[in-house]
Amino acid sequence: MSPLLDVRNLRVAFATDGGPVTAVHDVSFTVQPGEVLAIVGESGSGKSVSLLSVLGLVDRRRTVVEGQATFRGEPILNLSERVLRRIRGREIALISQDPMTALTPVHRIGDQIAEQIRAHERVSRQAARDRAVSLLRDVNIPMPERAVDRYPHELSGGMRQRAVIAMALSCNPALLVADEPTTALDTTVQAQVLDMLRRLSAQHDSSVVLITHDMGVVAEMATRVAVMYAGRIVETGTVAELFDDPWHPYTWGLLDSIPPLTGARPRRLPSIAGMPPPPGRTEPGCPFAPRCRAAMPVCYLPPPEQVAGGHRALCVLDAPARAALRPPRVAA
Amino acid sequence: MLATIVARLGQMVFVMFGISVLVFLIFFATPGSDPAARIAGRNASPETVAQIREDFGFDRPLPVQYAVMMKRLFVTQDLTSFVNRGQKVIPEVLDAIPATLSLVSGAAVLWVLGSLTVGVAAAALRDTAVDRGLMILSLIGISAPVFWLGEVMNLLSQSRYHDTWLFSWVPGLGYVPLSDSVSGWFKALVIPWITLAVLYIGIYGRVLRANLIEAYSEDYIRTARAKGLSPTRIMLRHALRTSLLPFVTMFGLDFGALVGGAALLTEVVFGINGIGRLTFHALQNLDLPVILATVIYASFFVVAANALVDVLYAVIDPRVRA
Ligand SMILES: Nc1ncnc2c1ncn2[C@@H]1O[C@H](COP(=O)(O)OP(=O)(O)O)[C@@H](O)[C@H]1O
Ligand code: SF4
Ligand SMILES: [Mg+2]
Repeated sequence: MSPLLDVRNLRVAFATDGGPVTAVHDVSFTVQPGEVLAIVGESGSGKSVSLLSVLGLVDRRRTVVEGQATFRGEPILNLSERVLRRIRGREIALISQDPMTALTPVHRIGDQIAEQIRAHERVSRQAARDRAVSLLRDVNIPMPERAVDRYPHELSGGMRQRAVIAMALSCNPALLVADEPTTALDTTVQAQVLDMLRRLSAQHDSSVVLITHDMGVVAEMATRVAVMYAGRIVETGTVAELFDDPWHPYTWGLLDSIPPLTGARPRRLPSIAGMPPPPGRTEPGCPFAPRCRAAMPVCYLPPPEQVAGGHRALCVLDAPARAALRPPRVAA
Repeated sequence: MLATIVARLGQMVFVMFGISVLVFLIFFATPGSDPAARIAGRNASPETVAQIREDFGFDRPLPVQYAVMMKRLFVTQDLTSFVNRGQKVIPEVLDAIPATLSLVSGAAVLWVLGSLTVGVAAAALRDTAVDRGLMILSLIGISAPVFWLGEVMNLLSQSRYHDTWLFSWVPGLGYVPLSDSVSGWFKALVIPWITLAVLYIGIYGRVLRANLIEAYSEDYIRTARAKGLSPTRIMLRHALRTSLLPFVTMFGLDFGALVGGAALLTEVVFGINGIGRLTFHALQNLDLPVILATVIYASFFVVAANALVDVLYAVIDPRVRA
């Protein structure tokens, strides 16, 4: 099966006051039709920038985007706005993190959804509005006939995010990029919204790139995972591979910080000590080395890639070394 | 929406009452000065002063004085100027209003359209030569003093090039009432409009550009782009619409102030007998009745313009509608 989205060696650099800063280094990933790829990592690791730059949604004057990316086999990187416009919203839709700011405050919810439909399809105002109502019904917004005429500030955060999702689904996109869709929401609402996102993306046959910093969400939603650290994908594989036999010490840290589903919740979850490196870092070695409990002198050289089938990690630790440090969790 | 408007208008009446009381107190209840003598002006005879004290009831309690004053301002409208030997004040003010309103409204149309064009074009073409050029022009417009600009315009259109095709249509200085001749009114005001508008096009254009650029860094603009909308639609429906609030606020303040007399320099340069000029002359002659009338008139206009801004706010931004 040919991938829907295929990103190869993506590099993104921003022009800043202190000179160019590379935020994304050599990132490659694919999204197959119908799958949910989770991109996970701490805040600032380059998850949003990676996807936004593929969509051409970064500030072009200040950003250099290099590498290759194809969507349905066609190159998509650095296309003109005119061409991208036909893909955005119709083929690839974006759900952004903060529902409080993602909608234009001065327009009604229904108008904002209808606007997207009418940007891509020749339908009447009434037809677009009717579709907006049914989309709002699909995302479980109560009284959708009334909600279409509401302004964003009249809805709660959860309801707004549902409206954003309805808008993203309005043109049946082949790919949904959901950038931390539930981070800003209460935990109870989070579960509902994720559930609905999973159900609807399946219903619409949309693949999903789910950006998150929460390994719990990954376990719930994804088929495959890419773990990002300091602008690089440090480990990638299926959810089963990563959860049962994580290779990269950073992934270990992320997994250890998931609250247990059963039993007493520990007072404080173990979190990875230290801070990610600043974005402008230029040293060639493993960026995780200062925080890594397995770090050794050789880690200050560029780390090699460990590969087994689709499972890859950017780390010097090979299978025996990993086994000594963290035995794989063999399915009982 | 309607309730908001009605409430706002009610509030406006209340504020205006407050202002009239305040102005009255400042003018006539300042301790240690005799209001009758001040109304009479310099070198008035004691008989005149006594007469005024009698007429205005300055020997009676303050509320009565206020009522008499308001009655003479608004009901009988027979407040007279003593400095100007019996000239009726209210007709004088009423005569000046159309000239000032015509001048300021026309300039306002120009400056709103002009600054929208400048701001939108500069923001859309941000960091290009067009943007930089427009911003430099705006800065020049802001720094050019209006009386100087007016004099230059007069020099060009009234004398230097008056006999060429370019400016032969320009009538002599002064205001032509709209009711006398529409085309005459228009011709007489075109150059004053442009002169007065230049400064505001510069200010509003720059402010709008800054607001638009700020709006472009908002999440909802990224959402709009991610939806596949055209750049024009994103600019006009999403960025501009949300950037208009500061624009409208400034407009209310400036429009109110200009109608209230702040267009003085333009009025003087172009010989337009408006509120600004009237106030200016009254101040020079210490003509208290005229000053009183124009101050009250001006404050009413500022208040009215602000009420209008509040209503516009509610139209533009649903979050303001209660
Ligand atoms: N417009 C920008 N200019 C400069 N640096 C940026 C810009 N946008 C993002 N960055 C930097 O790129 C890095 C990755 O950001 P981002 O992709 O938003 O992280 P996250 O993984 O939390 O989504 C951060 O260090 C951030 O500071
Ligand atoms: S390369 Fe070295 S420092 Fe980096 S994660 Fe692997 S063991 Fe740790
Ligand atoms: Mg992000």
